[in-house]
Amino acid sequence: MILFALGIWSFLSHEALLRKLIAFNVMGGGVFHVFIAVAYRGDTAPPDPVPHALVLTGIVVAVSATALALALGGRAQDAADHD
Amino acid sequence: MSRDWSLLLGMLLALLACVLLWVLHGALMDQPGPRLADLAAANVPYSGVSNPVTSVLLNFRAYDTLLELAVVLAALLGIWALGPAVPGFQPSGPVLASMVSWIVPLLILAGGYMLWVGGHAPGGAFQAGALLGAAGVILRLGGDPRAGLPDETMQRWLAVAGTAVFTLVGLALAAAGEGFLTYPTDWAKWLILLIETAATIAIGVTLAAAYVGGRP
Repeated sequence: MILFALGIWSFLSHEALLRKLIAFNVMGGGVFHVFIAVAYRGDTAPPDPVPHALVLTGIVVAVSATALALALGGRAQDAADHD
Repeated sequence: MSRDWSLLLGMLLALLACVLLWVLHGALMDQPGPRLADLAAANVPYSGVSNPVTSVLLNFRAYDTLLELAVVLAALLGIWALGPAVPGFQPSGPVLASMVSWIVPLLILAGGYMLWVGGHAPGGAFQAGALLGAAGVILRLGGDPRAGLPDETMQRWLAVAGTAVFTLVGLALAAAGEGFLTYPTDWAKWLILLIETAATIAIGVTLAAAYVGGRP
């Protein structure tokens, strides 16, 4: 939760694209941790596999979205440099 | 952004964080409602694999995983659409080069192990794909401009392999009267293994190609 709040703060208050991206990933990390923690069902029962599977899916999507954003950002920078 | 605004924003977000914590605390401390966990755990023996996370990913919620592979593919297509890749780095020195030649085969081997072990212990297509992608990243850092990937046509085929195999299996099952992505119990293990293998290769190729960062 703290990670999520820090991520939002950083996302809104920094101008640089790279910082925004990192902040966004920190936010995502916060959400993933909450999901993993929610899977806890007491000491005896095994953890709930459904949130774990969702987090696994989310990590891969986050990585690919970050890669796309980085490529777009680099491209925008190039275009700005040419002007 | 001025300092006052930054301060105000910080205070508002601290408030938001407190509200979220309070809501989460309330939701967790409250008597938990019926959860999917029991249903999932009860059906694991029929899913063809004994690792509950894999059975949720590849069997009970296979739709999610199929769409996720499509998202990864879409991201790669977006990256390729942005133009050719920047040239690679200079060739590495002898120390890095020998480390690369040691680590890459190990990563590929570990990826294969991860893929197989996903059936009964933590592991699976995504972890294995990430290892393959890491092998590509290391190759590129070691000076190979193509990150060890094959030529362009082959890369395109490999990148769609995961989504294509997944969809074809689903459609074949639908045509056989089982319903889209509803595996018959006897074949489930082999169908899942087939899909996971294709997904591993596709994810590995996609991640490495995304790292190269442009049309091959």
